[in-house]
Amino acid sequence: MDIYNIINPILSIGGLGVVFGAGLGIAGEVFKVEEDPKIGEILEVLPGANCGGCGFPGCGGLAAAIASGNAPVNGCPVGGAAVAEKVGAIMGIEASASEPVAAFVKCGGTCEKAKEKYEYFGIDDCNMAVQLAGGGGKSCSYGCLGLGSCVKACAFDAIHIVDGIAVVDKDKCVACGKCVDACPKHLIELLPSKKKVKVQCSSKDIGKNVMQVCSVGCIACKICEKNCPFDAIHVIDNLAVIDYDKCKSCGICANKCPKNVITGKRPTPPAQAAPKAEAPKAEAPKAEAPAKEEAKSE
Amino acid sequence: MNLILLILAGIFVNNYVLSQFLGICPFLGVSRKVETAAGMGMAVIFVMSLAAAVAWLVYALILVPLHITYLYNIAFILVIASLVQFVEMFLKKAAPALYQALGVFLPLITTNCAVLGVAVLNMQKGYNFIEAVLNGFGGATGFALAIVLFAGIRERIADNDTPKAFDGFPLALLTAGLMSIAFLGFSGLIKL
Repeated sequence: MDIYNIINPILSIGGLGVVFGAGLGIAGEVFKVEEDPKIGEILEVLPGANCGGCGFPGCGGLAAAIASGNAPVNGCPVGGAAVAEKVGAIMGIEASASEPVAAFVKCGGTCEKAKEKYEYFGIDDCNMAVQLAGGGGKSCSYGCLGLGSCVKACAFDAIHIVDGIAVVDKDKCVACGKCVDACPKHLIELLPSKKKVKVQCSSKDIGKNVMQVCSVGCIACKICEKNCPFDAIHVIDNLAVIDYDKCKSCGICANKCPKNVITGKRPTPPAQAAPKAEAPKAEAPKAEAPAKEEAKSE
Repeated sequence: MNLILLILAGIFVNNYVLSQFLGICPFLGVSRKVETAAGMGMAVIFVMSLAAAVAWLVYALILVPLHITYLYNIAFILVIASLVQFVEMFLKKAAPALYQALGVFLPLITTNCAVLGVAVLNMQKGYNFIEAVLNGFGGATGFALAIVLFAGIRERIADNDTPKAFDGFPLALLTAGLMSIAFLGFSGLIKL
């Protein structure tokens, strides 16, 4: 038996292995890319969900952008203030805490409250339905179709179709904004989660038309606008819009709304419900009085 | 002319995924979206052409002269694994844009048996160097075509209501089977 039959394979395959190994080792040095060590550190503290809510491709993208100064340290909407603080510590910058926000579906037209134009039997996707005549089956052309494109977009199981409309689970929502992009009706918005009052309607139709199709639609009666003690709510294009810089969550507009379009109602009268009434609450009954007069005079 | 036929045969007639059932793992794994499928396809085209060339060189210059061709499997795996690693490092330095585009798919190709399949088939059919490279390129293009088409169909299916029992992989496998039957129509079109 030829001894080379044994030695050749060992040497050649072993040699190949050594050559390739050494080659890779050298290549690793030659083609070394200088990476900022901060990128790795920042990546450690980021949530790692790769949701893309920051607008960068995944947590790695955001980490690289923060390290190079192209993104703020509080760029991660998911991690919020806690993560921003840690990232700030790595970058040596004081984190300015961003106000927590959550997605909110600006439509309250559930199966009983809003009418249907026709029964939709097509592909189970809002983006498909919206291409049809009248923009889907709902009588209100602004309303939530309830086919769940936002549900599919959510990586955190935070949005569900309840009673025909999309409803956000605030506790699970991380404000990544995926659903905002997914909704073809542009119904979802990231709103400050601490503010209790939110207009749950997006219809810009005139009041008469809204009343015909939905029992909880904004009819642009301006009662909220007249009653707001802080000048924080205005009817723009037949729809009530809240300015959250001015809004103090007093809930007067919610209590006054004749169509129950605004969320965050307080048990009336507020003074009795909470004996140690804070300033805005105390103002509520005062503001109510002139409001009634106005309503009567109208 | 023969060389063009060789590429066309690799794409349609001897499609690695749909006719020879190689590389099924990435075919099923990264075919949820057309975008990622296209990324994977590009990465496979790139690596497979290179791997075919290097594996052919190793076979002809090392294994044949030393009469140890029976070790081709080990040698090819060694070549492909280190080649993929090398390509990844090289791209990261030389073409960061391409590296970003191919992303995670590059290292995944190490486990794509179609790459090993190309090297082995080149050897078995006794192709010369140019034929081997073109066969690798054609086969990889066929893989890219198949995975992009497949991803397109799966995107459509995902939008629809499907029976619960068939959700996900059962439907994907059925789809792959039907696509394979469709590609059967190309068989015998080119004889090499």
